[in-house]
Parts: sequence; structure tokens; C-alpha cells
Amino acid sequence: MKKENEHNIEEASLNEEKKIWSILKDIPDPEVPVLSILDLGIVRSIKLSQYPPPNDGDWDIEVIITPTYSGCPAMDMIAANIRFALLQNGFKNIKITTVLSPAWTTDWMSEEGKQKLKEYGIAPPNPKQQVCNNELFAPHEVVQCPRCNSYQTHRISEFGSTACKALYQCDKCSEPFDYFKCH
Amino acid sequence: MEQDIAITNISLDLIGQARNFYQYAATLLNTQKVSSQIGGGSLEQAVTEDSFAYFRKSPEFKNILMVELPKADWAFTILRQFFFSSWQNLLFEKLKESNDAQISAIAVKALKEIAYHVRWSSEWVIRLGDGTDESHERMEKAIAELWSYTGEMFIPVHYELEAVNNGIGTDVALLKESWMQNVEKIFSEGRLSVPSVSVVHTGGKEGKHTEYLDQVLKELQSVARAHPTAIW
Repeated sequence: MKKENEHNIEEASLNEEKKIWSILKDIPDPEVPVLSILDLGIVRSIKLSQYPPPNDGDWDIEVIITPTYSGCPAMDMIAANIRFALLQNGFKNIKITTVLSPAWTTDWMSEEGKQKLKEYGIAPPNPKQQVCNNELFAPHEVVQCPRCNSYQTHRISEFGSTACKALYQCDKCSEPFDYFKCH
Repeated sequence: MEQDIAITNISLDLIGQARNFYQYAATLLNTQKVSSQIGGGSLEQAVTEDSFAYFRKSPEFKNILMVELPKADWAFTILRQFFFSSWQNLLFEKLKESNDAQISAIAVKALKEIAYHVRWSSEWVIRLGDGTDESHERMEKAIAELWSYTGEMFIPVHYELEAVNNGIGTDVALLKESWMQNVEKIFSEGRLSVPSVSVVHTGGKEGKHTEYLDQVLKELQSVARAHPTAIW
């Protein structure tokens, strides 16, 4: 009997977790609203625990998030949005924990997220091996123009409108664009 | 304008790193239930990152003097950033190995950001030093003004030594050689020379500050002090 209970709790927990992931999937990043916080890889994990029946339904939920940059001003808002979304869906005991380790990297951005960024007009981060070169006056990273797909682009500024972006311009179609820089 | 955005982005990174340390310090103080005396009054409520940023008086800030000096010429801004970021890079590489997991995590996270700061400021030191007569001259003036403030980065004070003994911190004196090598390398590319000044201004890390810190804090803390119970 006890075993069966444990099994039921485990299954219920998996179902709840699934539900929570699907709620989080719809929370946009405040600075790049075309991406959800899951596309960015900001949510690292969800921890669930349940008081045994008859108190079922009372789940303790912990959502573990990690910032893209130390100074990302969107983190407080993201934490608040996660809390609101879960409250709206009937969850009560919510804890949001920020962890710094392992440090976030653009590798955690989903392929779907990269595609969405490009359609939005922001060049997605290049795969890791090409970049993060600390040499001085190194040639600028080759970035594809999200509008006309040309690789003939140049960097205007290493620092852009937000901490996670650099500013580029396309030499072919002249369009200036943001590049989500490798990190 | 692009460089203005760059310096703002760098500030944002540094504020974020400071917040990580302040948040951690607050957690430690609250769990240890140390009766806190921040700002001269004992706080009944829990300590938060804001207690450190907004309610400490200047002697309670333990920063090197170089970072509190007022804004001046662009060459001065660049050079200060270069001196600081090159040092921070070496320091955090060591803190990565700290036996305190959270200090190590903060350092690892920050190092990715610092790499950008070091590269950007190094390039500008070279660009200005090896640029026009005017930019070269201003760079030399900035070196003369700032050099005597660099020594403090490498003179440990008692709490830093305590952190070394605990395996949490690192001996800043040992960073000096690598730092000097890097400065000499960048300076030579920018046709600049390391001055032979031996004066070192210290005291900041023990709470003895220039008058400029009070001016900074007056502005930074004005809203929080005017409305201490405000919530945002």
C-alpha cells in the first residue's frame, strides 16, 4: 500500500512539473520579448515536493533560475513574472532561487530560440568555438545579417542596447542590427 | 556615443557583480544572526543588499581610493578602467579557486564579463596613447594623476589576510607582478611609459576616504535615506 502511494506521488509530481514547464514556456523575456525564458535557458530546474495525502494539492515549488549577465536588470522582473504566472495557475508555495553556478552561456539558448531571434531581426549567437577571443584588435566576429543573410557585415560597437548584445551593420543591405553576443 | 554605451554597460556589469556580493553578505549576516550595526544604528529587520548600498556611511565602505575619484577626462576614465579591470581579472581568477563555493561562483560568472572590460579598455589605452599628439598628451596626464592610486590594489589589509588564511580570499600582493607585466605590455604598444612614482595613496580599504566618496554617496543614497521605508 505504502509503495503504491509513493508511486502515485511520483507520478503526480511528474505531471505537476510538466504543467509548470508549460506555464513557464509562455513567459517572455522582458528585454527580448520574442524569446521565452525557456528559450534563453534562464530556468535551470524545477523542484517539487508534496505533503503526503490528505494534504495533496499543496505543492512546494522551487524554480531555479540563473542570470545571463551579473547585472541583468530583467532578473527581478523575471522572478516576479514566474511567481505571478504560477499563482494565476493555482500554485501557492512558490520559491524562486537564483543560482550563479554553472554560469549561463549562450550555448543554453534553444535552437528554436535562435530561430525566433533571427526572425525578430537580432542575429543569434554564433556557436562557441569561433568566438570569445580575448586578443586585442582581433578581427570582428563574422556575423550573418538577419535581414538579407549576407556575411558581409561589420561591428559598430561591442556593447549594444543591452548587456547581452553588440551592434553590427550589414555592408550589403546597410541595415544596422543587434547581435546577441557569445558569452 | 557608442563608447558612452560601452561604459554604461560596463557599469551595469559591475553593479551586478557588487549586488551578488552584497546579497551573499546579507544571507551570511542573516543566518549568523550577527547583530548588525550598519549605518550606526542597529537594524531590527533583516539585512538586505540595500542595507549595504544605501545605508552605510562612508567609513563603512572598504574600497580602494582609485574608484572613488571624480570623473575627469576621457583618457582618465579609460585608464582607470584599464587599471581596475586588469587587476580585477587577476583577482577573480584566484577567487575562482576560493573554498567558499558562492564566492567562486560569483567570480566565474564575473570573469566572462571582465574579459570584455579588459579588452575594451586595453584597446582604448593603446588607441589614445598611440593616437594623436593631443590624445597621447592626455593619456600621459592621466597616468601622472592615477599612478599613485594603483599601489593600494596590492597592499592587503587585515581582513584580506584573514580571508587568505581561511582559504576564502587570495593574497593581493602576489597579483602585482602579473599586473605590472600586462601594464608594461599595453603601455609599450601605446607608446606610453610607466612612471617612477613611489608615492602610494592608501586608506580606502580601511574606511579612510577622500572627500569624493561622500559626494558620491550623497547622490546615490539620497532617495533611500529620504524614504527609508519605501518598497520597490
